[in-house]
Amino acid sequence: MTKATQEATPVFALVTGKAVVRDPTGLHARPAVKLTKLAKGFDATIEIQAQQDDKWINAKSPNAVMKLKVAFGETISIRANGAAAGPAVAALVALIERDFDG
Amino acid sequence: MVERAGERVFEGISAADGLAVGPLVVQRAANLCPRVAGSVKDEREAFDAALAKAGQEIAALVSGADELAAEILEFQAALLEDEDLVATVVGNLDDGRSAHEAWAETIDAEVTEYRAGGDEYFKARAEDLLDLKARVLKQLHGWGAGPASLLAQGGILMAEDLTPSRFLELDWSKLRGAAILGGSPTSHVAILARARGIPLIVGLDAELDNGIDGATAVLDANAGRLVIAPSCGTLAELEAMRATFEADKRAADALVGRPAVLANGDAVKILVNVDDPAILDGILPDHCDGIGLTRTEFLFRDGRLPGEDTQFEAYRRLTACMRGRPVTIRTLDAGGDKPIAGVTPLGETNPFLGVRGLRLSLRAPELFRVQLRALARVAALGPLKVMVPMVTVPQEIERVRRILEEVIADLAADGVEHARPALGMMVEVPAAAMTADRFDVDFFSIGSNDLVQYLTACARDNPAVAPLADPRNPAVLELIRRVAAVGRAKGVEVSLCGDMASDPALVPHLLDCGLRSFSVAPALIGRVKLAVHRYRGVAE
Repeated sequence: MTKATQEATPVFALVTGKAVVRDPTGLHARPAVKLTKLAKGFDATIEIQAQQDDKWINAKSPNAVMKLKVAFGETISIRANGAAAGPAVAALVALIERDFDG
Repeated sequence: MVERAGERVFEGISAADGLAVGPLVVQRAANLCPRVAGSVKDEREAFDAALAKAGQEIAALVSGADELAAEILEFQAALLEDEDLVATVVGNLDDGRSAHEAWAETIDAEVTEYRAGGDEYFKARAEDLLDLKARVLKQLHGWGAGPASLLAQGGILMAEDLTPSRFLELDWSKLRGAAILGGSPTSHVAILARARGIPLIVGLDAELDNGIDGATAVLDANAGRLVIAPSCGTLAELEAMRATFEADKRAADALVGRPAVLANGDAVKILVNVDDPAILDGILPDHCDGIGLTRTEFLFRDGRLPGEDTQFEAYRRLTACMRGRPVTIRTLDAGGDKPIAGVTPLGETNPFLGVRGLRLSLRAPELFRVQLRALARVAALGPLKVMVPMVTVPQEIERVRRILEEVIADLAADGVEHARPALGMMVEVPAAAMTADRFDVDFFSIGSNDLVQYLTACARDNPAVAPLADPRNPAVLELIRRVAAVGRAKGVEVSLCGDMASDPALVPHLLDCGLRSFSVAPALIGRVKLAVHRYRGVAE
């Protein structure tokens, strides 16, 4: 279920990952705030996408993350580029998989 | 409004129980000073300063807030630092707009999006955005002459609306309660008020006339009524009610963690209704005898069709929460007042009498099988009861049982761990209630909301017929009595999971009917246990 793959090119690396939302009420306000706070700590452009949506949104905007309306059991895709893209995606995937630390 | 002996009586909706008396403190819409926009640079500075100040105010409120309050406030604080939102406003400022207009328009556009789609959770979050909008505007404009001095004196707050952060700012050791013209009983402010025991009326049908400031008022939030300039008689009634209310509240709080037992020693089961698993965060499993009704519609919100694993995980969590106590899960009850896009039929002239509940499941058995498969898997982990809604004739139950057996055979063939759950039915169609003895089920659960609607021929969503939809109607009580008797004769458990069970005034009538199992709203466990505790044989 969880995977963070890094493409070979070290100079301009787009890092992607996926994680499943385990909170029964979905990605509601508290998890959205946690996710964006974490994302803001990384020197990278980070975007996320909901399973039923083709739009990528800024993972550092709590308002945009909320409006994705990600439900329980849905998969979130993450992509990032920039100096800290790798650690950023790994950290976000881990946060979602840990169910936002309860 | 009704006038009686000089009193002015205003009706609203009870959002948090309680009674209070005191001078009215009236807060009129915002009282904002007019503001003149400056240069682009001035507006940018004013906006940045207002955001910073609003952020400081919210941070000050967070310290000392409980979990729910902190969640609301932290979301608002995060929105203030939302780079996308701020960039939209700044873009408008650069185009020469004033800071107050740019901010208000940006937030209003977001509020419209949050309110679209009918999702209650997002509608509630729109309140947070409006709360934040008001807070930042207050910084930009500055407050006009406000009722600050009156607020400090205490009394009953009357206002157009009350935002969650404003609620948290007010000193409720001085203010005794509030009546607001807007709002809803499911809003955040209502939840905060209930959690703190602050009496609150929402949707008050009144106007904030000049001249009511400082008038004595009685706030009867139990009845959803505000009385301005009360008569001596009203004040005396209030004092008597308040003594009883407070004694009852203490007695209910003391009983909440204890088993419900009748005066003759008989045990009464108190189960809980679960609309959304989030509700379980607030209750201790020791306070109830299990879950009597899980409304699985929460999994199907916004037209979602959850897969087997998603459902398994949601049901598994419920059994884990209940630590060995039985968990009753109702299969999807779509249709009627709960349409689900793409599943429920369109264009029915009377959806309450149409393809809803089990009728729909039997017409779309693929969806039903997925749910039964997830339920049979969870049954291996703890006592699980599957309940089907809107059953009319015994043949429907036989069809459900055949599908369940097929699902169980498939699980066995696939080598997946599972067990056979108990299979029961909702009793809400009068024909099923009158012929309950003909149904071969493991348990009955009376769905009183629909039973009352169908028996009195009064639509639940039509306030004009609400007085006729009386759950005390002898026909309703007689049918409940008959179902309870059938249960005793067959040795099958009978419970009641509608609103009647959560109304302490109706509990004695249900006990009269021979019922000994109730599934109630979690917030009312204590009050219902108190009603059981006080029951002495015949309802008054």
